[in-house]
Amino acid sequence: MKAVIVGCGRVGAGLAHELDRAGWQVLILDTAAAAFDRLPSTFGGTAIRGDGTDEDTLRREGAEGADLFLALTEGDNRNVMAAQLGIEALGARQCVAKINDPVRAEAYAHLGITTLCRTNLMATAVLGFLGQAIPDHPGIYSPEVPHTHVDGQPHAAVAPGDVSQTTREA
Amino acid sequence: MFVLVVGGGKVGYYLTKELIASGHEVALMEKDRRRADQIKEEIGSVVIAQDGCEGKYLHEAGANRADIVAAVTGDDEDNLVICQMAKHHFAVPRTIARVNNPKNERLFRHLGVDEIISPTRMILGSIEQDIPVHELLHLAALGVGELEIIEAHLQAGSPAIGKIALDIPVPAGCSVFGVIRNGQPTPLKGDTVLQEGDKVIAIGRPDCEEELRGQLIGEHVEA
Repeated sequence: MKAVIVGCGRVGAGLAHELDRAGWQVLILDTAAAAFDRLPSTFGGTAIRGDGTDEDTLRREGAEGADLFLALTEGDNRNVMAAQLGIEALGARQCVAKINDPVRAEAYAHLGITTLCRTNLMATAVLGFLGQAIPDHPGIYSPEVPHTHVDGQPHAAVAPGDVSQTTREA
Repeated sequence: MFVLVVGGGKVGYYLTKELIASGHEVALMEKDRRRADQIKEEIGSVVIAQDGCEGKYLHEAGANRADIVAAVTGDDEDNLVICQMAKHHFAVPRTIARVNNPKNERLFRHLGVDEIISPTRMILGSIEQDIPVHELLHLAALGVGELEIIEAHLQAGSPAIGKIALDIPVPAGCSVFGVIRNGQPTPLKGDTVLQEGDKVIAIGRPDCEEELRGQLIGEHVEA
């Protein structure tokens, strides 16, 4: 199983480590080389300094045809763009974008991208901790439809579903 | 016509001023408050100091009744999101994006942005036309980029010089249809012989380019 991770922050680095340990082939990109200090010395995947929203860079580093494509930079819009590149140009089977703005997180789920919204994830966790009712969307938005663009043609590469499931299957 | 401009840099600023001058209704969104205040002093209340990538603020700015949304920030990913939100969330009929990395043009078009303006490509095109390079110049793309209008400047050493233009064995899927000689457009006739200095205009698929280059430019590299 092949995973591409754009953004080597705490979450990106942590997931890269876990997936690598679980036997995945992992490629992680970040624009700052210092970000790779977050990876453990035992990390057996590939870490590339480069722009994960640049199609040429992604192709050159072999990001095509990934089973899982995670867009986890600190910029919501960069993640949106990287994720759509992953689906539309690089044929990723499953794609997840971190989008911290709840409105955008939901809007892009309607367009067929699985989105993670840290804002709502945190709020849900706090509400759960307090024993309060948890909202309908706990912060993971699964697409109800395959990824579509304006002409209404769905793209075959995306399977709707939640990412935790995919990871467990591996 | 109501135009919503997002991004208050130089492009957004002058664009807004021009649109107001020609009598259109305009709103300009700029997320940097200091920059927004600065341009507000000059062009007034049409400036909204909010982030145009956020659905909430797009709504407040009237995106749902905009005829056109022009995303002209300096960041391609922001411009993409603005146009997609406008299109899908607010059903804006026409979206225009500024694209800095010319490589992003194809993706943006594919994702439904109606019009894509790439200053980088425009300047590049202009430079290519000014310096004598032994390359084919791309004058325009037709349709969805499947056909291109190409110009070849014939210089000493070109294998096409002295040949009858219509006899040149151009690759399939490609057609030579005109010559610019001494700055004058010249239609191709049965007896038009190509000369040094001619600019040959052809139309064809991008994959014919290599062969066409061999026929018109030749193998040499140095000017």
